[in-house]
Amino acid sequence: MRSSEVTPKALYVRRREFLKLGAGSALALSLPAFGRAKVEHGAKLPGVRANPSYALAEEKKTPFEDVTTYNNFYELGTDKSDPSENAGKLQTRPWTVSVEGEVGKPRKWDIDEILKAFPAEERVYRLRCVEAWSMVIPWDGFPLADFLKKHEPTSRAKYVAFETVVQPQLPGIKGYAGIPFPYLEGLRIDEATHPLTLLVTGLYGEALPNQDGAPIRVVIPWKYGFKSAKSIVKIKLQETQPSTTWSQYAANEYGFYANVNPDVDHPRWTQSKERRIGEILRRKTLLFNGYPEVASLYAGMDLRKFY
Amino acid sequence: MKKSLGPVAFAICCAPLAWLAFQIATSGLGANPVEAVIDDLGYVAFVLLALTLACTPAQLVLGWNWPIRIRRMLGDFCFFYACLHMLTYTVIDQGLDFGGIATDVLKHRFVFLGMATWLLLLPLAVTSTHGWQRRLGFRRWKRLHRLVYVAGGLASFHFLLRFKTPRVETLAWMSVVIALLLVRVVAAVRRRATMVQSP
Repeated sequence: MRSSEVTPKALYVRRREFLKLGAGSALALSLPAFGRAKVEHGAKLPGVRANPSYALAEEKKTPFEDVTTYNNFYELGTDKSDPSENAGKLQTRPWTVSVEGEVGKPRKWDIDEILKAFPAEERVYRLRCVEAWSMVIPWDGFPLADFLKKHEPTSRAKYVAFETVVQPQLPGIKGYAGIPFPYLEGLRIDEATHPLTLLVTGLYGEALPNQDGAPIRVVIPWKYGFKSAKSIVKIKLQETQPSTTWSQYAANEYGFYANVNPDVDHPRWTQSKERRIGEILRRKTLLFNGYPEVASLYAGMDLRKFY
Repeated sequence: MKKSLGPVAFAICCAPLAWLAFQIATSGLGANPVEAVIDDLGYVAFVLLALTLACTPAQLVLGWNWPIRIRRMLGDFCFFYACLHMLTYTVIDQGLDFGGIATDVLKHRFVFLGMATWLLLLPLAVTSTHGWQRRLGFRRWKRLHRLVYVAGGLASFHFLLRFKTPRVETLAWMSVVIALLLVRVVAAVRRRATMVQSP
């Protein structure tokens, strides 16, 4: 039996917890897991070391199975289970990432050059989705600041724009997803170069699964998940604030900043609480998702106006 | 065949609940089972609402009489699933935090529409019996039960707002509810026209 076939203990324990609350637990415990999708594991990343400053030891990590089967990735489909089911349709090689705009040294990278030039470290971050669920994920990556520095941003580089891949065979691109593509995201330069902002190439010490944004994505842990663009092909530094997909789609529901904030509700649901995946009852949402060190980036700004 | 209609319909209406119980018992609902249970219960309630609304049009357009015989059962099961949907939200999702629930209902139109639908279905379910039909008189009872179309409209918008972008599936169900209403409007207009023509 391969190790991937073994139900992780955390998941097993979690299942029991849920069943205790649910009905018919006696029967249930004797039944195997029928419904769970089988998850494929990726290649082990060589030489990844955990960064002790971002160990988040007090939090329980969300099981690999949940991180890789409960995703929002509209290019691969709009249901949470679509991205993992359609993951094989995303082609991640050959892959280039173009860095352009207000930089002294623009460059078109091959993804394998990036992987070689920027060794990944493990950082455990909270992830809070705008839909009021959250996870705790051990990402493997490197600071976006280190990557940008290599390209010598000019003094006019005030913002960073990210663009996600468009491949015609992807179900969301071919069919109807409700939002325009390519998926666009962006950050202010001080947000992009904040030490927390990570370019991610893996999770749980394995190459990033396609449904989680392979081969390279950005992760900004104090913002709602949709800011953390997946499967990036272009990073452009510019002087003006980039337009971003969700804020263009519904400006009253999704702002450019999209900082996690329990006091500013989504018009349709509350942001004061969230469900941590693996738990039943909701817990309180923390300002900036529990990363108070970023507060200084927004000193003097009205967070209700710049949501 | 005639006698078996009731039990068969009853069994079909129970099937989604049995399926959900099985999925819960076998962890088949994925990473967010609470969300899945709420979504599934709401979906079943909505489909049963649409089926209830389809009974009279089925008679008018297709000449089928048998759906009318199970209409009350469909309506009652719709309310049953709507109750489970609402209870899962209030008890498990919100953990009976009544302050939080009140704010959620009043502040967010998505939640408001759902709660309004449930409140609208409540008097219809209560007065669904023959006894209440007699007590109210058939005309008044019928007029009261036309509220089911308002419930259908509210439920459609509630369903639409559930997702960040409108889903094809939701829009299709909305069209079904509108089409069913149209059949009845056209039938009513025709009936009035014939009444005027033949005194």
